[in-house]
Amino acid sequence: MTAPERTPHAPDAVGATAAAVRAALGVGLAVSAYGVSFGALAVASGLDIWQTCVLSLLMFSGGSQFALIGVLATGGVAAGPAAIASATLLGIRNGLYSMRMSPIIGGPWWRRVLAGHWTIDETTAVGTAQPTLRGQRVGFWVTGAVIYLGWNLTTLAGALLGDLVGDVRMYGLDAAAAAAFLGLLWPRLTSKQPVAVAVAAVVVAAVLVPWLPPGLPVLAAAVVAIVVGVTNVLGRRTT
Amino acid sequence: MTVWHIVLIASIAVLGLKLVGYAVPPSVLERPTPARVANLLTVALLAALTATQTLERSGEIVLDARVPAIVLAAALFALRVPFILVVLAAAACAALVRLLGWMS
Repeated sequence: MTAPERTPHAPDAVGATAAAVRAALGVGLAVSAYGVSFGALAVASGLDIWQTCVLSLLMFSGGSQFALIGVLATGGVAAGPAAIASATLLGIRNGLYSMRMSPIIGGPWWRRVLAGHWTIDETTAVGTAQPTLRGQRVGFWVTGAVIYLGWNLTTLAGALLGDLVGDVRMYGLDAAAAAAFLGLLWPRLTSKQPVAVAVAAVVVAAVLVPWLPPGLPVLAAAVVAIVVGVTNVLGRRTT
Repeated sequence: MTVWHIVLIASIAVLGLKLVGYAVPPSVLERPTPARVANLLTVALLAALTATQTLERSGEIVLDARVPAIVLAAALFALRVPFILVVLAAAACAALVRLLGWMS
């Protein structure tokens, strides 16, 4: 994918940049809000407040963070390797986003390193959705800044809150985590192939839960994606 | 392996994957198979995590208050209700079902 570049008409360019900022703020604030549930769940799954905050500061990828604490919540430290593998496999898509954003970001290497840290679902979505190159850059950086600040502050708030309330199951936070995973999945169910993979993954994971140690059923479900992806069953012909 | 090891190794791995994307030439994206596998991998992992987070407790499949909560969440996502409201509604649903003592 290449950055569509238009000849910058002055008023048009200003409008596009303003639209990028608006999109960035809207998406950024909405996403930041659910850092509270991550913070509370992380503490409930056995992490301390520092470890919870380091995840949001350094890993900074919601899906991988929820995956890590989800596996640790059921398997404890013994499930560490499976937790690391789940988080890492979910992080592969960020590498794809980086490839997409790379020509848009440009500039010196240190700018790409900072951009790399902030390359996630939301920054890529807002960035690539803008019509001008300037709008794409503004959209990416403003979304990144808002989410990085907001996600880390709400993670801390959630961790402190989780420490305070204790059993989060009473407040339905375990169901909130399930809904969060479903929410990340939902926009990807756009055609027959991903829907079939999702259904098969649910079946594989659920069937294997009583037989495998915590975390491994999720990794086993990843095999479904590899098989379908390589053979392109139910896929559109790409020529 | 301690919790700190797990947190740091996983964080560095996820961060590293993001940075690798800026180092490889964008032409890799034009090959369909790796891109398709990576996209489907995300779908499979999120679906499996949704299932285990909804059904698993201590290594067993359990039907409890999380099940009506996830059904409600799916209905709300289908109606395009914003993410954060759906997550809150799912939590409230599970909490309410437990409060009423319908499902453990």
